[in-house]
Amino acid sequence: AKIVLLSTHRLLWRDQKNHECCICIPLSQIIFFEEQAAGIGKSAKIVIHLHPAPENKEPGPYQHSKYSYIELSFKEHGQIEFYRRLTEEMTQKRWENTPVSQPIPTGPKAGRTRAVGIVGIERKLEEKRKETDKNISEAFEDLSKLMEKAKEMVELSKSIANKIKDKQGDITEDETIRFKSYLLSMGIANPVTRETHGSGTQYHIQLAKQLGDMLQAPLEERGGMMALTEVYCLVNRARGMELLSPEDLVNACKMFESLKLPLRLRVFDSGVMVVQLQSHSEEEMIASALDNVSDKGSLTAEEFAKLLGLSVLLAKERLLLAEKMGHLCRDDSVEGLRFYPNLF
Amino acid sequence: MHRRGVGAGAIAKKKLAEVKYKERGTVLAEDQIAQMSKQLETFKTNLEEFASKHKQEIRKNSQFRVQFQEMCATIGVDPLASGKGFWSEMLGVGDFYYELGVQIIEVCLALKHRNGGLITLDELHHHVLKGRGKFAQDVSQDDLVRAIKKLKAMGNGFGMIPVGGSYLVQSVPAELNMDHTVVLQLAEDHLLKEGLAWLDSQAAGEPQYWLPALFSELLSRDITPEEASQMTP
Repeated sequence: AKIVLLSTHRLLWRDQKNHECCICIPLSQIIFFEEQAAGIGKSAKIVIHLHPAPENKEPGPYQHSKYSYIELSFKEHGQIEFYRRLTEEMTQKRWENTPVSQPIPTGPKAGRTRAVGIVGIERKLEEKRKETDKNISEAFEDLSKLMEKAKEMVELSKSIANKIKDKQGDITEDETIRFKSYLLSMGIANPVTRETHGSGTQYHIQLAKQLGDMLQAPLEERGGMMALTEVYCLVNRARGMELLSPEDLVNACKMFESLKLPLRLRVFDSGVMVVQLQSHSEEEMIASALDNVSDKGSLTAEEFAKLLGLSVLLAKERLLLAEKMGHLCRDDSVEGLRFYPNLF
Repeated sequence: MHRRGVGAGAIAKKKLAEVKYKERGTVLAEDQIAQMSKQLETFKTNLEEFASKHKQEIRKNSQFRVQFQEMCATIGVDPLASGKGFWSEMLGVGDFYYELGVQIIEVCLALKHRNGGLITLDELHHHVLKGRGKFAQDVSQDDLVRAIKKLKAMGNGFGMIPVGGSYLVQSVPAELNMDHTVVLQLAEDHLLKEGLAWLDSQAAGEPQYWLPALFSELLSRDITPEEASQMTP
């Protein structure tokens, strides 16, 4: 195993066991470097492109190379951190400040001097570690101050919310909407206004419309219904970043009806939440459940799911719904739950 | 003449407001909302400053994340409530947890047929880490717990049951209470029916109940390709 070390002046590469075996390159030789992500069968790499070797280069393992770049291959991890540090050093270019007092040593006598150089690097690493610790305590301090300010905001919002509760007429609709968006930004739950005005803000309205467009095709493909958790995964995978929170999704879906979009959020008795297409009416679903069960004589949720290409969860909800409406009845045993046409 | 009329009206209105003011001895809500708007702008700037200095810390340091979350909870703020919130937008905490939520749902979906929708936090942690790959940001069990708490908003029975020193994560709707006596009762009917528990009537002595979720050998089994195809909705 080999270790790569970075100092303010040089990039070193040495054997983990035999510290005498070490080669290095001055950072001033680096023109440009880039990351290469890991792939199947290959490790992550950092590729470092170098200036041509100067005339007065010290002797080393090779006098010439046909390549103008080197690759550092990170078998396990460390690439992200190393890239960051290298970027820092290359930006600061601290080697330009202090003249390099001694040439990079080679040869047997230099063994000892080289060891000193390495100790210096290790000391630097220790300093860096202490600095990181200091950074963390600084971060905590800054965090506390920030929280103090946030707390003031919370107190203020409580005061406003109470006023709204007491006397509805004092502020305008617009102001209420603005207030709700402030609460949303700060992450403060709105205790009072939710009852009278609903939980939607402008953001949720926009989101609801986007979802209306985006979910049409996926819903059609899945028999008109999707569990909310499925929707969450679908939408967030598509977005890639600036993801929706679960609450964002729920609040947006609650707006479907008032925005007259062709989707509905529905909560089953079991607590399962789904988004369903308006067009897929209840009657259709129940009729389809009854048809399928009658056709096969009886069905479990798993069997029904397979037939329709639905998830087991939703298949079960449909059967339960048909049962609720009196079209199916159940046979409940330790072998499972099976549904039969209701002949009573 | 006309202007004086308007002036008089304005003065009368002001007098009325002053009376209201004195009456209540407090600030009007509309003034407070205006004040909040200003304070919000200032806060946003403070948060931006904080983010520019310490965003990396939150990203890399799970202990710092715990501290951060606890402080927020203490003052009554939920940094994960919305992707549109300042915390999420500026500190990037949102995306971290919401993406984790997606990964948790997918793992639970893939393994549901094996364990009936009940999985130990350890096993969930193992599979999530694996799915994220070698170079992804580290994820602690505390992170998972917080992400799951958020998932509860979407119904569907996501919940956590304290067991021993850790948790069982359930991803299907079911009434579950891990009080010991209740477990036995439940095992007898409900869990068996739902496939969450198996009855071994051939065991020596009395019949035994097995909970697949707790089979430790399943812990080492990776998600198969068939199961993975279940993951993406």
